Amino acid sequence: MELLSGNEAIAQGAWEAGVRVGVAYPGTPSTETLENFAKKEGVYAEWCTNEKVALEVGIGASAAGARVLATMKHVGVNVAADPLFTAAYTGVNGGFVILAADDPGMYSSQNEQDSHFYAQAAHIPMMDPADAAEAYAFTKAAYDLSERFDVPFFIRSSVRISHTKTPVQTGERAEVELKPYESNPQKWVMMPAFAKPRRKVQLQRDAELAEWAGACEYNKVFQGEGKLGIICAGAAYQHVSEAMPEASVLKLGVTWPLCPQSIRDFAASVQDLYVVEEGSDYLTQAVRACGVEVAEFPCGLPRDGELTPGLIRVAFGKEAPEFTDAPANLPGRPPALCPGCPHRLVFKELARAKAIVTGDIGCYTLGALPPLSAMDTCVDMGASVSMAHGFELALEGTEHRPVCAVIGDSTFGHSGLSSLISTVYNRGAGTICVLDNRTTAMTGRQGNPFNGQTLQNRPSRELDLEGVVRALGVEDVRTIDPNDMKAVRTAIKEATRSDELSVLVFRSPCVLLDRTRKAPYLVNGACTGCGVCTSLGCPAIARDPESGLASIDTAQCIGCGQCAQYCGFKAIEQMEGAR
Amino acid sequence: MLNSHETTTVLLCGVGGQGTILAADLLARAAMASGVQVKVSEIHGMSQRGGAVTTVVRFGKDVKSMVADKGCCDCVVSFEKMEALRNLPFLKKGGFLLVNDEVIKPQSVATGKAAMPPRMNQDLEAEGAVLIPAAPLAAEAGTAKAANVVLLGALSASLDFTEETWVECIKQRVPEKFVDANLKAFAAGRAFAQR
Repeated sequence: MELLSGNEAIAQGAWEAGVRVGVAYPGTPSTETLENFAKKEGVYAEWCTNEKVALEVGIGASAAGARVLATMKHVGVNVAADPLFTAAYTGVNGGFVILAADDPGMYSSQNEQDSHFYAQAAHIPMMDPADAAEAYAFTKAAYDLSERFDVPFFIRSSVRISHTKTPVQTGERAEVELKPYESNPQKWVMMPAFAKPRRKVQLQRDAELAEWAGACEYNKVFQGEGKLGIICAGAAYQHVSEAMPEASVLKLGVTWPLCPQSIRDFAASVQDLYVVEEGSDYLTQAVRACGVEVAEFPCGLPRDGELTPGLIRVAFGKEAPEFTDAPANLPGRPPALCPGCPHRLVFKELARAKAIVTGDIGCYTLGALPPLSAMDTCVDMGASVSMAHGFELALEGTEHRPVCAVIGDSTFGHSGLSSLISTVYNRGAGTICVLDNRTTAMTGRQGNPFNGQTLQNRPSRELDLEGVVRALGVEDVRTIDPNDMKAVRTAIKEATRSDELSVLVFRSPCVLLDRTRKAPYLVNGACTGCGVCTSLGCPAIARDPESGLASIDTAQCIGCGQCAQYCGFKAIEQMEGAR
Repeated sequence: MLNSHETTTVLLCGVGGQGTILAADLLARAAMASGVQVKVSEIHGMSQRGGAVTTVVRFGKDVKSMVADKGCCDCVVSFEKMEALRNLPFLKKGGFLLVNDEVIKPQSVATGKAAMPPRMNQDLEAEGAVLIPAAPLAAEAGTAKAANVVLLGALSASLDFTEETWVECIKQRVPEKFVDANLKAFAAGRAFAQR
């Protein structure tokens, strides 16, 4: 037995099923799945520029006869939705499994959404493992099922499946031959004349899948003592079986499609039937659509956030255990940009320029928090660039603050580039700040087209960011060292003063990437307590609450020297000698 | 002494970078090697950037949920004093609290915008907390970085896994050149809690 996270288990299951090709764009809580898969023998794995591209690469490899794994977080499925819906028409050649990892509770996401709705809407069958052992077994089995029903299969995970380690009994890899590829336009060319018959194939398959779901080993009934019945799946099943050991439980391993007859049979075996799920009412609606009455919880179950056994107990009117409250008003401990983070001065200077800052997804979203407080919006990957264009359109002809988009290198490659093409095409204005820290930092420093690193360390090339932007027709393109305050200030001032579209590339490696440290800085006797240095929000800089004097924690300081450039009293100086 | 066949819930909390994840992993391996079920639930991502972190380890004959509710943890091991107070609600009545005797000021406190709670030691002692000087004990053992393993050693004194099991898990999981220091750190924490 090995102790594996759900993500490691999915990678192992896919590998044992003979998968040859793995594709993904990183996203919490899905990222480690492809990272682990990539380390296994005899596989090819790559980071794609975004989830839509990943899914399409996967469809291609499947069509050509290989078994394929594609992984993404829930919002990544939105990006991949276009090919997803049509993949349920074409079907597969080699088995194809797609991991959709949801984040109820929003530990590292901009929204809470339930990927079950995608399964239903796109006609892609979905399996919901409830621990790592099931994640492994379901994934492995899903490849045969995908080929048998000629359709990709979803494995749906959540943060508590992906990031919970449980013991898994692993096995050996099956060597699966590449399936022969033959041209078949009726199956693979989805123009109306061919798609119409495939739509009928899809509906016929849905019926077959529902029948299979009713009899399959993945849906299980656990007979309880009482008259109370609960339908649930995934992590919610674990919470239910802890909170309601007396209940009869229908644990769904296949959450789309449902077999209406087996739902009705279970409902008939109990007096009151409840559905326990987190993040949405997908399952409740689906069970009701089977013609079954779903009871309301006596004391209500929260509709937002994660479930716990305690919340379920309370929903059924059970007592919550006693506990001691934490002292009131404990100072919070939010995450912050690292000491020496090359994004810091850009945010400081954008705030100074009183810019309207359209932000994006990544570590740099932390620039929205005090004391930098330099971000106005954050919606989805790539939105910074297109939203800046929208701001400019609406504000054109008015006296307005400068509009600046802020986007990381990986996010720019993901979808910022297509937004920028649209802005250029439509002669838009504004300032696009690309924070190029040479990595996909937030998800754990993955490769991307602009740093030229690939998942399995195959040779690649760095995409010339400035060259690409110039080739689009942007004339004002500059490269700036983001650790140089004057350069940052001048570039933002000049770019925002002009009515032309400008792209500022702030390039400096993430401090977690390049671990070489310079001698730390310290505060000398010239400090007046003005507080400018603490307004940078560097975790290494402290300020005495009474005297207001600053100090630097030399253990945390990496010697970037950003703060020293802001001190008007020469009170911050570098220690002698290297570290 | 906790009976590892009963479902046992341990919450490890601290600040990103303190090594809670390694400690949780060692605890889980010790449980697995002792023949009981185990689940370890971590939170990655945004919370890593210097923020508060928690990991839940649950073990026993039959473990269902992987999360901890308020009032349900048999033990809270906090790597930092204020995080111990923040996570007090998770401790069950009659559960025990092991706390690293160390304070890491959050940025709001370091920059004078907020203050640390005034009577942390008294508040913690009122809840029966055992304060452990993990950093000096780890430094004595050979590396200050092994404070997490000192705390694990202290926790081990209340669990019924054998000392050999722990030693074996540390040897398997820790890089070879740090094994000695970590074994010493573990022993120091265990001895401190048993004194």
